[in-house]
Amino acid sequence: MTAQEVRTHAIDMNAVLLNRANQNETNEISIKVENLNLYYGQKQALHGVSMDIPKKKVTAYIGPSGCGKSTLLRCINRMNDLVDNVTIDGKILLENENIYAQGVNVAALRRRVGMVFQKPNPFPKSIFENVAYGLRIQGINDKYILQETVENALRGAALWDEMKDRLNDNALGMSGGQQQRLVIARAIAIEPEVLLLDEPASALDPISTLKIEELINELKEKYTIVIVTHNMQQAARVSDYTAFMYMGELIEMGTTSELFTNPKKKQTEDYITGRYG
Amino acid sequence: MIKLWFKSGVPWVWLNAAAVSTCLIMVIAVLGLITVRGVGHFWPSKIIQFSYQEVGSEPQTIIGEMVDSSVTPAAMAKSAGYTLADNEDTLVQHLIKTGNRDITGTDFRWIQDRNIKNQTEPTDLLTIERREWGNFYGQFLAVKENGKVVGSGTSAWPIAEKKLAENLVIFEQIEKIEKKDIGKVNYGLERLRLKQKALELEKQWNSATEKQFAAEKVELENQYKQFQTTLADLYQQIRRDSIVAKADNGQEVEIPMAKIVMMFQPNDMGWFAKVGHYFAKVYEFLTDEPREANTEGGIFPAIFGTILMVMMMSIIVTPFGVIAAVYLREYAKQGFITRLIRIAVNNLAGVPSIVYGVFGLGFFVYILGGNIDKLFFPEAAPAPVFGTPGLLWASITLALLTLPVVIVSTEEGLSRIPKSIREGSLALGATKFETLWLTVLPMASPAMMTGLILAVARAAGEVAPLMLVGVVKMAPTLPLDGNFPFLHLDRKFMHLGFHIYDVGFQSPNVEAARPLVYATSLLLVVVILGLNLAAIIIRNRLREKYRALEG
Repeated sequence: MTAQEVRTHAIDMNAVLLNRANQNETNEISIKVENLNLYYGQKQALHGVSMDIPKKKVTAYIGPSGCGKSTLLRCINRMNDLVDNVTIDGKILLENENIYAQGVNVAALRRRVGMVFQKPNPFPKSIFENVAYGLRIQGINDKYILQETVENALRGAALWDEMKDRLNDNALGMSGGQQQRLVIARAIAIEPEVLLLDEPASALDPISTLKIEELINELKEKYTIVIVTHNMQQAARVSDYTAFMYMGELIEMGTTSELFTNPKKKQTEDYITGRYG
Repeated sequence: MIKLWFKSGVPWVWLNAAAVSTCLIMVIAVLGLITVRGVGHFWPSKIIQFSYQEVGSEPQTIIGEMVDSSVTPAAMAKSAGYTLADNEDTLVQHLIKTGNRDITGTDFRWIQDRNIKNQTEPTDLLTIERREWGNFYGQFLAVKENGKVVGSGTSAWPIAEKKLAENLVIFEQIEKIEKKDIGKVNYGLERLRLKQKALELEKQWNSATEKQFAAEKVELENQYKQFQTTLADLYQQIRRDSIVAKADNGQEVEIPMAKIVMMFQPNDMGWFAKVGHYFAKVYEFLTDEPREANTEGGIFPAIFGTILMVMMMSIIVTPFGVIAAVYLREYAKQGFITRLIRIAVNNLAGVPSIVYGVFGLGFFVYILGGNIDKLFFPEAAPAPVFGTPGLLWASITLALLTLPVVIVSTEEGLSRIPKSIREGSLALGATKFETLWLTVLPMASPAMMTGLILAVARAAGEVAPLMLVGVVKMAPTLPLDGNFPFLHLDRKFMHLGFHIYDVGFQSPNVEAARPLVYATSLLLVVVILGLNLAAIIIRNRLREKYRALEG
């Protein structure tokens, strides 16, 4: 990335932030999952899942524990490759390219599909270095570019005002909620197309959770967001589309309002009305 | 009641406390003993003059330091052949360091307390530390220059001291020329000889090179001659002065100044003079080379050798151990084979160190070193270069010995890095190598340092394998000097651990060497402590920097 591109990007981002109301109304598909099966050894964890994830919207995965929603999420940036004994068949198309095709550069894919985990996992480095990490990996060491990108990323994660005087402090000294926003800043610093959030607020207190949710609302103007959550209220609050999963299968997917008010499947209705899960 | 007491857990607490206290007491006892014995050695002890008369013999004068006393019950003494009067229940004996080995043949003698008629501490008694024959104790008489007396009696003492100071300066100059300058010339000549032989072996020895070499040789020989003339001059100066003193048997002895290291009148010393003397002795101990089969003088070469060897070992073992651990933990497929390797590594830590020494000698020295000599140093044959025990092989052998410790603790450290950190890095588009290099390894660095600390502690205290692969009683030159290539990995070196063994058990004069054993032990402990402390400080810094994730 050249300095010019970064600056343009920064201006873009500021423009977006200034015009929060300006919603992007395209209905393009960002990610297309086609008949995805996943096995942990002999045990099948995902059964022929197919779904379309729209661009620049928030899609939430809900379902009871162990239903495979995190597994599905981790397929989208091939995090499951790290687990021993996993076999995957089926396709996931990111902008019409199969990410499971042969010869795909996994590191490059993960640059396009960022991920935030359940527990905040900042590196034991300074706040600045945490956000600059992804850029440094790409070989960007120009001080000016780094500073600007870090500032924009921290602004993007609503962390700049709190942290601008503490950039050289160790990130481990921050509170849990701040750490989680730092991790989000770290992810958006490398400008991914998609942001995967794996229960990002489950380890946080209610106020931090609220902040993260507000942040998700802002971020969706620029990124396609997929979020896994245990909390149905949260899914209802932040997402545009919701997918309900059960026992490794996708039961139902639709716009959030439709799925919560008028579920088509009985299993979905049982789950959202709290009959099991 | 008792049952209840046992159930309460109180005895268990007491047991734990007792175990901890026992450990503590033992550590303190060890350190205390070597500190007291080692530190006291350098304090100038009083010289006592005894009038001594054994039953049925002439009275005699004995001059010396009191070193030790023993009390024997009368019955035991009688059965050992001592004749005691009936009213005596014990035999008290004193060990006196009488010195003057050149006159009497012994340094120490036991005397019986009951035969001491009288003991005094005259201030004009003199201790002379000599370069040969150990200490001299006696009465100062006169100073001589060129065989003529230039001063006698107590008033001549300042003259003697002044002259000694001058002579010590000259002696230092002589040492410097003999060791450094002439050593350099010799080193140059040896290199020339080897080069010539190498050229001859390659059949490139012709009249041109012959001329060039001859010129260089002449140059070096001229230098040598120059040094020789300076030396002759210095020797003449140093041989000029001498001291006359009277030994306890009445014999008058003339001691050349060239043979004197230090002379003082301990009975005449005030407290400040004694402290000054003490520190001078400690300084000598730390910075000088050993004399008299290691029983006198300093131990600098041993300190230097120990530290250098440990550092070389660390440089070798750390990368090897870390790389092996990273492969085992991060890249190798976890299964039967890796488990087998891990068991093997752990067991390697339990192999007796002498076995490593044998392996080092058999494999590194003879096979590796022998082949290196054949390939790279054919001109030196039949003299070995690397085919003989030396610093390099000792360092490698100890690196092998300590490798398991480094591997195990590095692996431990790697396994403690949370998965979430790795995932965080990978999710940002880092490859596995980048993740390792940028986050995992720095975070595991305190664990690596822990491994290194353990390795250093073990290596610095090891003696047995070193005896086989490079440590000697007396190394004529340090492995690091001003001659190219400066660090001489092929040289033999001295080591504190071996020095203790040598001084304590292989010395011709065990009684004289005993305090040195304690002092050297204390120093070894201090050196290891210092090395460890340095590593611990680094580790704590790293720990602070990469302290584990919480919450």
